[in-house]
Amino acid sequence: MRLPKFEYFEPKTLEAALNLLTQNGNNAHLLAGGTDVLVKMRNGRLKPEAVIGLQGIEDLNGIHFDSGKGLAIGATAKLAEVASNPDVLKHYPALAFAAGVMANVQVRNMGTIAGNLCNAAPSAENAPPLMAMGAEVALANLQGDRRIALHQFFRGPGLTAMEHGEIMTAILVPFPVPKSGASYKRVSARCGVDIAAVCVSAWVALDGEVCKDVRIVLGAVAPTPMRAVGAESFMREQTWTQELIETAAAQAVQESKPISDVRASADYRKKMVAVLTLRALEQAYERAIKN
Amino acid sequence: MKHHINFSVNGDDYSLAVDPWRTLNELLREDLNLTGTKLGCGTGDCGACTVMVDGRTVSSCLTLAVSVNGKSVTTVEGLAPSGEELHPIQESFIKTGAIQCGFCTAGMEMSALHLLNNNPEPTEKEIRAGLSGNLCRCTGYNQIVEAISVAAEQIRDSEHEKEER
Repeated sequence: MRLPKFEYFEPKTLEAALNLLTQNGNNAHLLAGGTDVLVKMRNGRLKPEAVIGLQGIEDLNGIHFDSGKGLAIGATAKLAEVASNPDVLKHYPALAFAAGVMANVQVRNMGTIAGNLCNAAPSAENAPPLMAMGAEVALANLQGDRRIALHQFFRGPGLTAMEHGEIMTAILVPFPVPKSGASYKRVSARCGVDIAAVCVSAWVALDGEVCKDVRIVLGAVAPTPMRAVGAESFMREQTWTQELIETAAAQAVQESKPISDVRASADYRKKMVAVLTLRALEQAYERAIKN
Repeated sequence: MKHHINFSVNGDDYSLAVDPWRTLNELLREDLNLTGTKLGCGTGDCGACTVMVDGRTVSSCLTLAVSVNGKSVTTVEGLAPSGEELHPIQESFIKTGAIQCGFCTAGMEMSALHLLNNNPEPTEKEIRAGLSGNLCRCTGYNQIVEAISVAAEQIRDSEHEKEER
């Protein structure tokens, strides 16, 4: 049960970390909070020769909010910090909720949003609200930086668009436009502690009673967190009614591709997609009209 | 290569050379003989290894020893430094029957301390949420929830007395 042996590096700058990552090639692995990486190392699924701890890099710390630029969550900001940050609570309540209900207290005190995204589990709890709110991730390598929309980031279970030699430096969420709102809903067997069996996030932007724009993101019902694009296009430019959101929820069920596993059956997951999509749209609407 | 780290545990300063693959749990139990902190699952699910690092609870089984360099660690031994007078949380765990086999107790008490430091007047729901990372296979949790509620009251009363003095 002990960890395998490895060399440990704790660079103080991003540049030093990028150099270490490039020099050590495929034998290196990054460590942010450690709640996924160390578990994988313990059970032998991951055997890096070099572990590069990111906690000492000041530029990656913290959560920055600006009413023009929006929200920037540093790669090493803890889930507990995101969940309790006053700006996140005020402007991004769906994200504060997602970060605050996943796992347990100790994991939230150690784990990071960036780590949750890079781990790329189909059930990654923070992915649906971030995708729904149009988040991007900032990636850096020795050649420079790039940004990629989160909905293009996930490529499969455990697979992302990140290339070797890249470090996720921040998660960027735009400032919410007027009359927009987002929501996050989940079900699991044992409240928060369990990984979500199904999770759904919705974001809507209203123009009066018309749904100007909408994003519906489903988690744990496909190999990656996925947008229900059919349901979204069905709702766009339509007047907001109960019938509209019920039909959209039914459409989201059609688009989901769940499997049966220890957490839930595919059949149950499909039923829950309908329930959670409806609830997520209702709450996103409530928040949008007040915003 | 060993890494040199400086850190404190329950107020005592240590300066040690540690292998990078050793966890904080191994360091506490094997090198410092602080065996109050247990090792349960080793994967951050059970909470038996819970300690505080710079005032926040973490799973010591998923914390590399090298990462506590410059930090302050509190373990269950730090709750009653004299070894005689117990912390109100420990007192109430005994009085309400919140301890059976005792394996989860150290972690439970550290989570309780973290909760009460941040929320001196928790509701039952908040207590249960605060214990979400700690498993107990004996008590069924009710006595533990009660113990924390009693401890919260005692801590508030003694703070109140201090203020009046």
